[in-house]
Amino acid sequence: MDPHTQQLILDAASEHGRENLVVVLGTPSPEAAAIAAATVTTGDPTYAGPLAETQLGLSVYHILEDCVRQAIDPKLYDEHVGLMAEVLDRGALVAAVEQARSAKG
Amino acid sequence: MFEGKKIIAVGERDGVASPAIAACLEAAGGRVVLAATECFV
Amino acid sequence: MANGEATRRPALLAASAVLAHVPGLVRMGSKPSRELERDSGLEAKIGASLRGFDEAVGYAPNQAFVGLLHPREMGPRPHFSQRLEGAQRFGPDGEIMPEEEFIALLALADPFKRVRLASPLASRAAEALAHHPLHRYFDLQALKQAVGKPEAEVARDALGLFSREGDCVASVAPGHEQDSNLSAGVLLENLACKASGSLALMHLMDRNDIDPASIDYVIGCSEEAVGDRYQRGGGNMGKAIAEMAQCREASGADVKNFCAAPIPAMVVAASLVAAGVFRRVAVVGGGSLPKLGMKFEGHLKHSMPILEDTLGAVGVLIGEDDRVSPLMRLDSVGTHRVRSGASAEAVMEALVTEPLKRVGLRMTDLDEYATELHNPELTEPQGSGNVPERNYRMLAAMAVRQGLIERGAIGHFVSTRGMPGYAPTQGHVASAFCYAGHAQRSLTAVGSAQRVMMMAKGSLFLGMMTEQADGMSFVLERNG
Repeated sequence: MDPHTQQLILDAASEHGRENLVVVLGTPSPEAAAIAAATVTTGDPTYAGPLAETQLGLSVYHILEDCVRQAIDPKLYDEHVGLMAEVLDRGALVAAVEQARSAKG
Repeated sequence: MFEGKKIIAVGERDGVASPAIAACLEAAGGRVVLAATECFV
Repeated sequence: MANGEATRRPALLAASAVLAHVPGLVRMGSKPSRELERDSGLEAKIGASLRGFDEAVGYAPNQAFVGLLHPREMGPRPHFSQRLEGAQRFGPDGEIMPEEEFIALLALADPFKRVRLASPLASRAAEALAHHPLHRYFDLQALKQAVGKPEAEVARDALGLFSREGDCVASVAPGHEQDSNLSAGVLLENLACKASGSLALMHLMDRNDIDPASIDYVIGCSEEAVGDRYQRGGGNMGKAIAEMAQCREASGADVKNFCAAPIPAMVVAASLVAAGVFRRVAVVGGGSLPKLGMKFEGHLKHSMPILEDTLGAVGVLIGEDDRVSPLMRLDSVGTHRVRSGASAEAVMEALVTEPLKRVGLRMTDLDEYATELHNPELTEPQGSGNVPERNYRMLAAMAVRQGLIERGAIGHFVSTRGMPGYAPTQGHVASAFCYAGHAQRSLTAVGSAQRVMMMAKGSLFLGMMTEQADGMSFVLERNG
């Protein structure tokens, strides 16, 4: 994840409190999703940005996960996410984010 | 699930962009406090 | 009058594409230079992972870039571990220029004498350029005058350019003591863009027997910001390139729009031709030095050579209908409007569905789509995935939604109307623009296509002025 984005997330966590925040990813590749999810939970695995040594432990989901989709009006979801949901490898993306969630414990 | 939650949307231009994530989550009762889109190409 | 108007239909008269293989300059890419500052041990790792010229020439995607083979003919991956048999430096669209000649070209591109060349490099490059097919464009006398003592310049305040082996072969002095917009690094970026763009335009004219004096206007569509502190990004790379390519009768200006810029630049060029303002307009995009080695960490992690070691540049010439060249259909231009929205579907609706509907075409009436053609071998190791494949799957999914193809035919749509990515990660150059030469062949006697869509997208949010998405498209059509 871009170091600048990491700083923005760190700032948001201190402003709003970690327990109130939920991160929702729109990352297209499973590798990048795994890195992004790890970055906001156990810390940046690439050691490139300000979250390298910080365990924020935020809740994190991918926009393509079923539990996220079910919380959103189907028509709206289809309009904004429908096409990418058909194109991206949903299974691999969900697995990548789930793994980060379980590592967080 | 997102009712009353503060949302950080991290989109990617080549996947789902953050404005699209934000539009969905706001409608689901969340409040988007940060929407960042990344571009890796 | 009807006749006169008919000849004003804009056509894609010619296209060129060149690569400069610059392994030594990889260290000066934005990402490598930042990481080198943090980690001094990286220098040796980078040095050991840079490709030689023969490897770069034998790399199938580079052969496709200069038009020697179609991207669909590149064969199975990985390409980097194979050397294509019969690979050549010069192709129908341009060439792959070795680093020494390109560094000499930087000196020739530099009217303010900031570039100094080490004597051995200058002599070898002068010899090579004297025998180059474009030799008449190169002022070898000026090359002699650029010889200096780069190491001494570096000791003062200049930026050193090093060969792949680590020898200091040239220097670039800052343009101004205090103005960061004219720092040596910025000047180098801009000169690399100008030199590679000019090389593309020279090849375009040389290969198609086009008189430089017949070009009326040169539009630059590169990503570099030329200017000083009072007008950062002031521009006019177009005119600088026109001068270097000896287009004496031409004027020029730039069209900027991040990676998408070449497509609006081509539409502006075609509009100028259609309106009768100019007869022949060239659109040129030079290489982007900051993007060298952008994903080098992924390559190192996977024990691959650093593959982002080339600057890419493309030129196209748009002029009045010559009854042969593919026509640029200005009625088919697709634009992303402020109201369009940022979702993938909204962008595709704006760039594909709406314009095709307007001109009465279906998605399956397009034989090929040229979109973001970034080589996946460059992006996948860093976790950025296969960009062109995602684009083509998106197009195929749209065709399914429109009831034009079955879901099971998505793979066929992708492999026949799309193609594997082959371009270096040079933003604007990779965004459909590099396909111009191939599109021209597909749409003339040698090919069998009727229509090709050219489509590019831009990430405006990077400049922090708007979160709007953007992009533009148009259809190229067989003439007659």
